[in-house]
Amino acid sequence: MAVTREAMLEHWEQPAFWRRLTVWDALWALLVIGGTGYAWWFYQTQMDGYEVAILFGSALALIAWGLYWKPARLFALAVALLTLLALWRYGTDYEARKSVFLLKYFLESQAAFMWMSALYVLATVVYFAALFSRSTFVGQTATALTWSATVLGMTGLLTRWRESYLLGADIGHIPVSNLYEVFILFALITALLYLFYEDRHRTRAMGGFALLAISGAVAFLLWYTFDREAHHIQPLIPALQSYWMKIHVPANFIGYGAFALAAMLGVAYLLRQRAEIRRPDGVLATVLPARELLDDVMYKAIALGFAAFTIATILGALWAAEAWGGYWSWDPKETWALIVWLNYAAWLHLRLTKGWRGAPMAWWAIIGLFVTLFAFLGVNMFLSGLHSYGTL
Amino acid sequence: MSDAATARKPSQRRTLGWVLLEFLGSMNLAITLLVVVAIASIIGTVLQQNQPYPDYVLKFGPFWFEAFDRLGLYDVYGALWFIAILGFLVLSTGVCLYRQIPGMVREMVRFRTQVRLESLRGFHQRAEWRLPERVPPGVLAEVTSVFRVRGYRWRIQDHGDHQVAAAMKGGYQRLGYLFTHAAVVVIGIGGLLDGNLWLKLKEWRGEIAVETRDLAARDVPPLSRLAPGATPSFRGNIMLPEGSAASFVFLRLRDGFLIQELPFAIELKEFQVEYHATGQPKSFISQVRIHDREHLGDRPLDATIRVNHPLIYRDYAIYQSDFGDGGSKLELRLWPLTSDRLEPLDVRGEVGGALKVAGPAGPLGLELAEFRLFNLLPEPGAKSGDRKFRNFGPSVGFKVRDAAGEAREYLNYMAPVQLEGRWFFVSGVRARPGAEFAYLHIPADLNNSPERFLRFNARLRDEGGLRALLARTPTSTENPDFQRDLNQVRLNLVELFIQGGFAAVTERARAVVPADRLQEATKLYLEILRDTLAEVFIEVLRAEGVNLEQGVGEREDAFFNDALSALATLPVYGSPLYPQLTGFQQVEASGLQVARSGATGVVYTGFAFLSIGVFLLFYTSHRRLWAWIAAEEGGSRLILAGAGNRRQAEFAREFAGLEAVLARRLGTPEPRADN
Repeated sequence: MAVTREAMLEHWEQPAFWRRLTVWDALWALLVIGGTGYAWWFYQTQMDGYEVAILFGSALALIAWGLYWKPARLFALAVALLTLLALWRYGTDYEARKSVFLLKYFLESQAAFMWMSALYVLATVVYFAALFSRSTFVGQTATALTWSATVLGMTGLLTRWRESYLLGADIGHIPVSNLYEVFILFALITALLYLFYEDRHRTRAMGGFALLAISGAVAFLLWYTFDREAHHIQPLIPALQSYWMKIHVPANFIGYGAFALAAMLGVAYLLRQRAEIRRPDGVLATVLPARELLDDVMYKAIALGFAAFTIATILGALWAAEAWGGYWSWDPKETWALIVWLNYAAWLHLRLTKGWRGAPMAWWAIIGLFVTLFAFLGVNMFLSGLHSYGTL
Repeated sequence: MSDAATARKPSQRRTLGWVLLEFLGSMNLAITLLVVVAIASIIGTVLQQNQPYPDYVLKFGPFWFEAFDRLGLYDVYGALWFIAILGFLVLSTGVCLYRQIPGMVREMVRFRTQVRLESLRGFHQRAEWRLPERVPPGVLAEVTSVFRVRGYRWRIQDHGDHQVAAAMKGGYQRLGYLFTHAAVVVIGIGGLLDGNLWLKLKEWRGEIAVETRDLAARDVPPLSRLAPGATPSFRGNIMLPEGSAASFVFLRLRDGFLIQELPFAIELKEFQVEYHATGQPKSFISQVRIHDREHLGDRPLDATIRVNHPLIYRDYAIYQSDFGDGGSKLELRLWPLTSDRLEPLDVRGEVGGALKVAGPAGPLGLELAEFRLFNLLPEPGAKSGDRKFRNFGPSVGFKVRDAAGEAREYLNYMAPVQLEGRWFFVSGVRARPGAEFAYLHIPADLNNSPERFLRFNARLRDEGGLRALLARTPTSTENPDFQRDLNQVRLNLVELFIQGGFAAVTERARAVVPADRLQEATKLYLEILRDTLAEVFIEVLRAEGVNLEQGVGEREDAFFNDALSALATLPVYGSPLYPQLTGFQQVEASGLQVARSGATGVVYTGFAFLSIGVFLLFYTSHRRLWAWIAAEEGGSRLILAGAGNRRQAEFAREFAGLEAVLARRLGTPEPRADN
């Protein structure tokens, strides 16, 4: 552990939260407050009460995030700078994306997503290389690649938000409105969740598995882009023109991302267990992450996913009460959300009260991903209902 | 259902009630129910719910239709067995809560000073000190001061031979369990209150009956009407044409409906659809006026309802949910397709109405089903990924029903459509509902009318005229007998063609010509047919006054080819009429949903419980620490031990810090035996 004994003693005897803050923490908070204040001062005439509340609420959340997890600051800063650069190069001309070099090859949302895709796939390979070569340097490279991909993906998403407004003031909307956009969101959230656990548990052994899920999403995204041309920005259908979308969808994808992560760790768990039984001294049994670690992170991911999914479903119900005439309509998407929720509720009960651990829970987490995947994709593909926005 | 299982006295008598309680509150039942509800819920997502019953009969056949109906599969989530399972889950959770609450509360408030040395030594987080003096007086104070710094509360108890300081913090973590499980019960009860249980109860008591006949609202008998407030919750729909008002909504139930009366009237003043430049709808807006003499007096309330922006009036919520046609007035020109005389009939009708018209073979019913002003459809010939759309303009959907009651469904576009550079009147037809439309493309003439084609068609059906025409044709042969035979063959071919298209001609060839000469003969037949049709067509052009001195132009030639394709499709088209939409006056209707939900507050309270509970449950930790001190030979022994029920890694770190602070004050702890 990096913390020294003395430092810990210091902490022990001076536990007051504000005393533990450093100059950097203060700078971080000031930076966010400054940015928010500027935005508010500049756009306050255009904003209603809700929007002001949301602006300051998100600023507080961003500060808290940066205090809770330090790498988030650099990430937020990088994304902010790149996005501002993109917006500055855009000006008010959507067609600039075809002529300005920086936009065309780097920051235009489509270009940024391509970079993101390439970097995630590369990171997956490098994580596995690091696992088998046991090289710290290779591992650091993989982490850097994942961070870069996430920064570019997030920049692309924010730029796309602006691009939609450049297309037309009445077309503009947050880019979480169709399957293409939420797949990018899914990759980003899964990556951030993974990076968080990597940082907290000080191990890169889980990286390859987590990134495998993301690479899967990237593969789908590329097919969706090149075969179905789904990447064009479309105006919002009336049913989606609501504030609720901005919180309902991201909250859901924290859930989906966490469940996907848990399932991939389940795969790693089963592989490791199998290797330990078959060849206890083999490469697999020694390089794969320890079973206790996988079990622990799997639980944490599912608990986080469950909490986020609960909130997301409640937000969805509140939105439904405003849009469809009732908080619950047994629409196929709603019903499948309930099924996912019940499934993980059962998982958590077994773990927390029955004390189940190990292979059965790993299997269940993997099956859980298929249930989740059906709720997320299958419902749109095979069933009809009120949620039919994301058809393939 | 908790990790702190409450101890039960073995002497307790196992009465039936106790066994039942034990069963209902058991973890195994709870997990089973979670999985059973999940699986049962799948049914309703696979089988489309609340569709018209005839659709189900069509899909499953009479036997399975009946079986599924008995199981309530067409409205699974309203079926008694499903509600019973849900009720069971709620009951099981409730019993679990009832049994766990006392233990949980005890766990939250009690300090557990009655702790045994052996159990402390069994903790994963522990440390032991051997102190040189006999129970130094300041030690417990020293320890508890450290507890205080970390936010723990504690109790000290002197057991005579030893003293215990029992501390804890984060007891509210236990509320996480209470909140989440209470939320399930509260949401479950709220949901049941908002469900259709009330209707089922009324139905069962014979107070109401579902109306299954196709009646106008005013003819529905009182037994199928619900007065305002008859049930605390309902969700109903009404389709209001512009300019009309209603003070009721329809509740769809199984294969029929009920009428829910409202204590006010909703008038639709105007319905608007706004479109993006790309043609996709941007917004659906209803301008309504609420009339409520009791609450509003003579000053009605004007309001705008949009998707995502319902109108809440009293405790009723009115939503924009649908739109449709409110009885648009249509002008149609009915062109006969199977007659030798082209005498069109102009009629007027309303969407939703039916007309009786005289067909060539008896009266026909013309049922006008829908009118659409815009038809945004994928560009013909575009790839699926191109996302190119074109507005095909107004269309009318109608059914033609013959005397035997057989009906075909049609979809006609008003304006000609450009395809491959030429213009066509497009009409789709299907014999079965839900089937794909087969399209007839009538080439448009220079006046943008289907008339030339229709005249050509009528001319081909006029046998006398055809004979006369053929007789006039200059012949290449001197043999009158041969000429007569040839003309007869030509007539027969035309007859075959208009009855069955090109297929009928090749069919005939196959029937009368030996196989070795079939190919040659078919070719000859088709050539003769084509020549004959061309002669008739030229006759039609002449009658129009087209100048043919330079021969038939390229445009007329293309028209002729398109006309042949259309004529060949006519037998499949199957209608004796081609109704052309010649004028319209659109009347829109807005589909409004009116809902009243008496238990929304209950359910939302449950939501709040659940949101708070989930975070307490996973992200707070109930931690306990114990300091146990006793005199022993030549000094005393201090044992520090602790446990947290969540976030073990953080607790381990906290404990290590605590141990380090005490080590500085009391000296190094004894090495642990197990590591």
